[in-house]
Amino acid sequence: MSETTRPPKALSAGAWVAQGLLYALFAVVIGVFSQWPTYRHLATDQALIKVSFSHTGKPLGECRRLSEAELAKLPPNMRAPISCPRERSPVTVEVDIGGQPALRRTSAPSGLSRDGASAVYQRLVVPAGEQRIAVRLNDDARGTGFAYQREATVTLAPAQVLVIDFDATRGGITLQ
Amino acid sequence: MWQDREPPPPALAAWRHLEHGFDAAFGAALSPLRHLGSLGFLVFWLLAVSGIYVYAVIDTSVAGAYASIVDLGRHQPWAGGVLRSLHRYAADAFVILLAAHLGREWLLRHYRGARRHAWLTGVPTIALVFISAIGGFWLHWDQLAQYSAIATAEWLDALPLLATPLARNFLTEGAVSDRLFSLFVFVHLGAPLLLLFTLWFHIQRLTRAAVWPPRALSLGLLVTLLALALLQPVSSHAPANLATVPQALRLDWALLFIHPLAEATSPAAAWALVAALLALLSVLPFLPQPAPAPVAVVDPANCNGCRRCFVDCPFAAVTMAPHPNGKAGKQIAVVDADLCTACGICVGACPSSTPFRSAADLVTGIDLPAAPIGALRRDLQQQLATLKAPRPIVVFGCAQGAALAPLAGDDIARFSLECTGMLPPSFVEYALRDGAAGVLVSTCRPGGCEYRLGQQWTEQRLRGEREPHLRAEVPQHRLEVAWADAGESGEAGPLQAALRRLRQRVSQLEPSTDPLPKVHHV
Repeated sequence: MSETTRPPKALSAGAWVAQGLLYALFAVVIGVFSQWPTYRHLATDQALIKVSFSHTGKPLGECRRLSEAELAKLPPNMRAPISCPRERSPVTVEVDIGGQPALRRTSAPSGLSRDGASAVYQRLVVPAGEQRIAVRLNDDARGTGFAYQREATVTLAPAQVLVIDFDATRGGITLQ
Repeated sequence: MWQDREPPPPALAAWRHLEHGFDAAFGAALSPLRHLGSLGFLVFWLLAVSGIYVYAVIDTSVAGAYASIVDLGRHQPWAGGVLRSLHRYAADAFVILLAAHLGREWLLRHYRGARRHAWLTGVPTIALVFISAIGGFWLHWDQLAQYSAIATAEWLDALPLLATPLARNFLTEGAVSDRLFSLFVFVHLGAPLLLLFTLWFHIQRLTRAAVWPPRALSLGLLVTLLALALLQPVSSHAPANLATVPQALRLDWALLFIHPLAEATSPAAAWALVAALLALLSVLPFLPQPAPAPVAVVDPANCNGCRRCFVDCPFAAVTMAPHPNGKAGKQIAVVDADLCTACGICVGACPSSTPFRSAADLVTGIDLPAAPIGALRRDLQQQLATLKAPRPIVVFGCAQGAALAPLAGDDIARFSLECTGMLPPSFVEYALRDGAAGVLVSTCRPGGCEYRLGQQWTEQRLRGEREPHLRAEVPQHRLEVAWADAGESGEAGPLQAALRRLRQRVSQLEPSTDPLPKVHHV
């Protein structure tokens, strides 16, 4: 059969050079953008405070003793004498940095019955150096004011991460 | 019926220019821009092979991951260090190829009709590629891994999915456990497995799906990535340290761009952008489209069950079923209207499409209602009868390729088919025996067929390598093939050049020496 039915295949020397250049360009694009430009998501003179907790607030209502009549209406296997509401209090946290309010957040309890933990995760970028930090947390909607408070002066190095958490077993608000 | 189409929109014309530039360097058959999908498959397997080896030798624990990967480069510079770099650069190449493949298919509007399935199954691959790639960075547990893992957790926390923020898993050193690392491994291995499954779906409705690029192209890509891995090995950042914020990261922008984007805008804005993009891609096939051409229709009386249309259909739209005539073992072609693109390649494959049949009305076994093969024979006869030039030329072209209208001259009869693959080769001989001095077949550039295989089948049929084939008795010097895409009909283009060559050859013909007997019209 004639060559008129075959597409031309021979490449010129210039085509081979162009091919090499295109492969090189592909490699350069990958090589460069796989590591350049360098990315800095925090300035060199800044530090980071992470305010985060996952804490279950106090019950929203008081437990109460059921009357004999109320107990009698319940199936025998469910006649617990004390009834406590499932819903938990939202948890409110306030953070002041250098005497200025930096965060105020009220977190609702999780779960369909609102009986789970309240959680907060917030990043606060601050200048490195000495910082006066005040943290207040309230986990009881029936009370007034803040059940937990902590104040501290910390010195933060550039790029340092300070975690403000809540751990009831360690006395409440923790700074680490 | 046999007229050219509207010229392509500017964006597609610009892409064609880019493709033609690459064609000049690689040759159209080996141009990477015409093999983006199969190159993606190649890179996927490269990622799999390099990844399996690296995974087998590294320590996937919080305490040991960093040291084991750093040691990999020291103790196994070739099998470990180079493969690690190759793995990373192959992931970058995958994303680039994916973006180019998506852009090309979008420009060509390959999200409509029968191609809807391939388009829709392609959309999830975008998400899976990035999930897999981002998860891979975490396994190193250096500062880049730390940044990416925390940024991803913070981004996911913007969705109201979990009661406790995921980012709490990275508050302190003690919070990151081997159990969490197992989750990293699960993400980095699970997502590629899902990706492979999705890719399998992606090509399900394609006949002869190209999952391996041509050997020369494969070699070129492998050598390029290997050279890059050798010249610029991927290096580690400092070990992860959750007490500090990673500084001056050498970010892989192709794979991790979503993190700075979420930070520069907001996690919600980044989610909105991603969701909008995926939603747009997903609804594109369902937006109002021009009415599709009527699909191919089988005529039982003329279908002998030869299976050629079944074999040649690029979209698996033809299946075979027992013939309604009841003869034992005899089959008939059945067209699935949802899969048929009305390209006409089946018509070109059908042995009943030969114009030499004596029936007054040529009815073939499988035909396009909008452009029946009988009409092509009738119009060919009429146009050849009206041409007064001493050496008329018949041009069969492709409506998706170079327009035929710019071919000037009163010696030309033009027929622009939906795809050149619709042309039964016997029409070339018929035209020559009906008075044409020469026949020019204009097909798209190799790899540029709108219907995937039309250009390839046309060439093979004309060369006698595929049925139905052009008979060897047909003088080859009276046949010319042009490989010309849309927009290449100009004087300097391949179509006009082919016409000049053919005219020059047929001008030297002596009619008395023509060995072909004249055709008798019915």
